Amino acid sequence: MANQHVSDPTEHAHASHELSFWRKYVFSVDHKVIGLQYCITAWIFLLIGFSLMMLMRWQLAFPYQPVPFLGRFLSPHLAPNGVISAELYNQLGAMHGTIMVFLGIVPLAVGAFGNYLVPLQIGAPDMAFPRLNMMSYWLYLPAGLLMLASFFLPGGAAQSGWTSYPPLADINPGQTVWLLAMVIIITSSLLGSINFLVTTLNMRAKGLTLSRLPVFVWSEMVASVLLLLAFPPLEAASILQLADRVLHTSFYIPAGLVVLGVPSTATGGGQPILWQHLFWFLAHPEVYVLVLPPMGIVAEIIANNTRKPLHGYKTIVASMIAIGFMSFIVWAHHMFISGMAPALSNFFLVTTMIISVPSVAILTCFIYSLKGGSIRFTTPMLFALAFLPMFGIGGLTGLPLGISVTDIYLHDTYYVIGHFHYVVVTGSIVAMMGGVYHWFPKWFGRKMNDTLGKVHFWGTLLCMNGVFFPMFIQGMAGQDRRYWDPMTQLHNVPTQPLHVVSSISAWTLFLFQLPFIYNFFHSMFHGEKADNPWEATTLEWACPSPPPHGNFVKIPRVYRGPYEYSVPGAKTDWIAQDAPEAA
Amino acid sequence: MSSSAVAVNYPGEHSGLTNAKLGIWLFLASEVMLFATLFTSYLVIRLGSSSWPRGWEVLNVPLGTINTFVLITSSVTIILAYAKCMARDKAGFKTYMALTLALAFVFLGIKSVEWGTKFRAHHFPSTNIFFGVYFVLTGLHALHVIGGIILNSVLLFMADKHWDDPLFAGRVEAAGLYWHFVDIVWIFLLPALYLL
Repeated sequence: MANQHVSDPTEHAHASHELSFWRKYVFSVDHKVIGLQYCITAWIFLLIGFSLMMLMRWQLAFPYQPVPFLGRFLSPHLAPNGVISAELYNQLGAMHGTIMVFLGIVPLAVGAFGNYLVPLQIGAPDMAFPRLNMMSYWLYLPAGLLMLASFFLPGGAAQSGWTSYPPLADINPGQTVWLLAMVIIITSSLLGSINFLVTTLNMRAKGLTLSRLPVFVWSEMVASVLLLLAFPPLEAASILQLADRVLHTSFYIPAGLVVLGVPSTATGGGQPILWQHLFWFLAHPEVYVLVLPPMGIVAEIIANNTRKPLHGYKTIVASMIAIGFMSFIVWAHHMFISGMAPALSNFFLVTTMIISVPSVAILTCFIYSLKGGSIRFTTPMLFALAFLPMFGIGGLTGLPLGISVTDIYLHDTYYVIGHFHYVVVTGSIVAMMGGVYHWFPKWFGRKMNDTLGKVHFWGTLLCMNGVFFPMFIQGMAGQDRRYWDPMTQLHNVPTQPLHVVSSISAWTLFLFQLPFIYNFFHSMFHGEKADNPWEATTLEWACPSPPPHGNFVKIPRVYRGPYEYSVPGAKTDWIAQDAPEAA
Repeated sequence: MSSSAVAVNYPGEHSGLTNAKLGIWLFLASEVMLFATLFTSYLVIRLGSSSWPRGWEVLNVPLGTINTFVLITSSVTIILAYAKCMARDKAGFKTYMALTLALAFVFLGIKSVEWGTKFRAHHFPSTNIFFGVYFVLTGLHALHVIGGIILNSVLLFMADKHWDDPLFAGRVEAAGLYWHFVDIVWIFLLPALYLL
């Protein structure tokens, strides 16, 4: 078995010179190129999703005022005199959520970081199915473009929120294209997750047992299982909703539905709540797909910059697996006020409280890892350190939402928005920004500028808190989410100034991303040259930076665990995973 | 370890399964989730429905039964194709693979006769919730049959060129596993729609 490998990496390295531009950079089957394609595409989608929100924030801060500069470029039908209409606001809102979750963070966490790093960290020459990998990307990009194109199609983009609850979503314009694009995105994710699991299970280098895998690889593995098993239900649910819209079935339309005073022509007999169950059966595991890989990134950065082994490796891995299992039985905590049986609510309340235990365990291990370490405050480390309290706020503010009694008051308020943005933005996105700084030398053989990085870090951290913290206050004051004009409800008037704070923070947050964008592209060509600048132990640093086609010049053999930092008696404060015993 | 297992092309402590086999099993796991969701939705909608027609009164049970036998037979022929492949009998492989394809087309033919009858009787997906469930579930299953036809015909046409490729038998096995899954879904669909 051990000698049966077919691929000879050196041969690959030669072959790569003969590839045409198209095969090398566009329709590439190399996991590194695909990873970078995902990386850049996903950041662009994040920027687009963010831009939609910046437009919405104008309406929230200054209702009925024409949008400055941009107003005249908006369609006069959707934005008369440059004022954002309710219809446009709803389109922006639904697309913001969809783009951020399905086209931004998941592809970045799994498609970009996972694709580039998993094969390297396990010492493999590529993914198990390179062509399938290429297909994943080339399904994802057209689906994303289709999603964006829906703004310009008749009927406009989807306007029923990223959750697309029927019966509204069954009758609202724009939804059909959303569903088509979603089915393609889901297919792309499914192909990707199969690829990750097979690669990690089958293609690890000799000596790399499961207990020696870096935490990041574990996090990608759990995320892949979640994608593999949770996405098909949403695919089925989307197919049923698509049938409702195209074939005029009534899977989600109850009998006797009346729309704007007119009885619906649909025959009825369906169940709107069914969609909510199916949607959240995906979307709750999905939350952990958004969070686990960034946690893995934080683990790598922390171990590397504290120069000591990660505290509680086994606890972290076991907690990640526990989160994976539990995430399948907590979904209905999103539905406490949907009219679900109270006994069922209690069940989901209990499971939700239980799933917070492993999450806290992971965070505690990270905090313990800092203890007694001689911490290097590099740019990636700053982002990883910021992740800890920020994700903590996001997680803890979730508990009142998981308890049905308090949720009845807080449900669908700005509090909810504040909660999940703390988890996903100040948590996941901050961690992944750190990941870019950390692995940039691996990708391009050059470091990103440190000063610009620190400007980016502090600006981003401050502004993100400026955007999201006021939402907790507004939510507790009873402000409902998704309102085009919050001022229609009198009780929202006192907290209106907080909308202005949020909006100005959001626009400033955008300005602080400019150094990041400049830094990324400038450092690609002019950054300080570096091979393994962080003196990191894991396998991805055992090959040249950037790695050649086929990755490893010689297939590595692994002799030790992933985080052998400051081992007593060792000559240096780090021992690479592929260093033989006698080092 | 048999020669077909060269598909494992990397040294290391692995699962003992080839990439293709592990991959197809994971894919089938996701397919199980897809159809499990659809069957659950069917149950939820049916249990919440005030009236539900008896399947055998509106659907053609004899045709459904014949189709079941057609699919089960095709599952046998694809196994025989795999066995011939392992025995390095190319002509035998081609015969059984072609037979499998023929049976798949017979299945689709009977299915289209059934659908055609329904359409002529003005029974459409929008007619009522029962026909919505019937057309969407059998339609998705038919799409899976078409997927299998594409997969199997690619293998049939690849046979001459790739017969000596050590990965070939593994691919036939994977196609066989998928085809069995399509068969099993139908075995659940028949009672759910026609008999209950």
